[in-house]
Amino acid sequence: MITVEGLTKRYARNVAVDNISFQVEKGQIVGFLGPNGAGKTTTMRVITCFLPPTSGTAKVAGYDVLESPMEIKKRIGYLPETPPLYPEMEVVEYLDFVGSLKGLPSATRKKRVDEVMDRCAVADVRSKLIGKLSKGYRQRVGLAQAIIHNPEVLVLDEPTAGLDPKQINETRALIKSLAGDHTIILSTHILPEVESTCERVIIISKGKLVATDTVSNLTNRLRGSEAVVMEVDSPAGPLDSAVVQQKLEQVPGVTRAVFRDMQDTRSRFEVESVKGQAVRAELARAIVESGWNLHELHAVGVSLEDVFLELTGTTQVPATGVSQ
Amino acid sequence: MTNIWVIFKKELNGYFVSPIAYGLMAFFALLAGFFFYSATAMFVQRSMESQMMGRGFPMSVNEWVVRPVLSNVSVIGLFLIPMITMRLFAEEKRSGTYELLVTSPINDYEIIIGKWLAALTMYACILGISMLDLLILFAYGKPDWKPMLVGYLGLLLQGGCLLAIGTFISNTTRSQIVAGVATFAVCLLLWVLDWVSAFETAAWAKVVAYLSVLTHFESFAKGVIDTKDVIFYLSMIFLGLFLTARSMESLRWRA
Repeated sequence: MITVEGLTKRYARNVAVDNISFQVEKGQIVGFLGPNGAGKTTTMRVITCFLPPTSGTAKVAGYDVLESPMEIKKRIGYLPETPPLYPEMEVVEYLDFVGSLKGLPSATRKKRVDEVMDRCAVADVRSKLIGKLSKGYRQRVGLAQAIIHNPEVLVLDEPTAGLDPKQINETRALIKSLAGDHTIILSTHILPEVESTCERVIIISKGKLVATDTVSNLTNRLRGSEAVVMEVDSPAGPLDSAVVQQKLEQVPGVTRAVFRDMQDTRSRFEVESVKGQAVRAELARAIVESGWNLHELHAVGVSLEDVFLELTGTTQVPATGVSQ
Repeated sequence: MTNIWVIFKKELNGYFVSPIAYGLMAFFALLAGFFFYSATAMFVQRSMESQMMGRGFPMSVNEWVVRPVLSNVSVIGLFLIPMITMRLFAEEKRSGTYELLVTSPINDYEIIIGKWLAALTMYACILGISMLDLLILFAYGKPDWKPMLVGYLGLLLQGGCLLAIGTFISNTTRSQIVAGVATFAVCLLLWVLDWVSAFETAAWAKVVAYLSVLTHFESFAKGVIDTKDVIFYLSMIFLGLFLTARSMESLRWRA
């Protein structure tokens, strides 16, 4: 549904988005994760045809953002970081205006406005001035605005920013309920949000794509796992790290073994395993039975936050992360 | 076409739900009323004098009342226009609704024309108040209505051209104040440009004076439609709206 290839957006002095490629399938909810200033908003603005890319392409529903922006604009609903509201309008009046702006014929518009107001739970404030609404209501009116023309693609920029916990839950539930009919990209810098609403995650940092995976993979890989650091060397000269990795991954319960670095002749590996499965004894046995020396073996806790911070490179992560 | 109408309706609504429209109308009604009163008073006094001196030739209401009132109104217009145009785009940019407009399936020119037409309609409503003053003349005399209409056509054209410039300036900033002050400065400049013709007759002075929006209004005030002036106003309108379109386009690339 959305295809982004080699997308780069350069401003006068800095590069906001640097060579990003990803795809979003029809009907999916994809979380766009990254610290502030990572380039999330810029990428979304390119997809919604607000900004043209410096290089690379972005396609929505098969249409290119530069060649046929009108076709994309008809098919996309967009909620910017600050909901685009007119404080002097009533909720009904505003939604009717956006509906006509998106090209809904007047015959069906009124019905559609009622529908989206019910859907987004703003029907009770229908004839209130938007300027007098609370933040949570405004956000929901913003969402109603984005779905008014029943777009194939929804782009939501930090839909829960600045809301209180109850409103956040409501908004998330609302977004989830929209999933079947729409393809949704939502950006956030809050990890649990991705976990609770999205199927796939795209992590970007400093304009670069860091990781893209399904949420279940990522959480399995990250939170649901335990990690062990091992230090190994071989009495018979240099060690082939690939062979060791393969050996370690054959141990039942191990999901991933990664070669980290080498100090003198000792190689360090990080091994991740399924939570609750005691693999340390097995790992030690596997090393010793292969004729290598095991110098160190200790567990490190991995939390989603740690890995996120590590992936996005915002902070130096201590080796033994603090689980939350 | 429907898109222009959608924008136009929303924008005009925006004027009338805020106090701007009423404030401007009241302010204008006061000034126009004052000018009308002083012009009429002067006319009455002069015509009594000329009767006492036994001149049989009646004085023209059009020349003595309508023309000075319209000329004054055209100057007041320069002060009203920044207040009408300053919010057009600056407000949308500040509140983030600009993003909504630009990501909707609607062309830039439709947004611009819709907004400009709304501003022009707002201006026409304000001008309409001065028309009420002039209508009083029909109760007591027989002014010629055709030159009056020509005068209003001129006011609309002049307003349209300054409004187009104001629309452009509003598109270049996020701050209403900056947009208003800059538009006011440009309006004032376009007003005083023709003063050079008072002391200089060289070719450059003629060119500079020609750019003044007020010189082109003079023939309209007299009730004469001069194609040269109509073309001047229409091309200034086009220029202003064209610059707005370019500004929207460039914003997209700079952002």
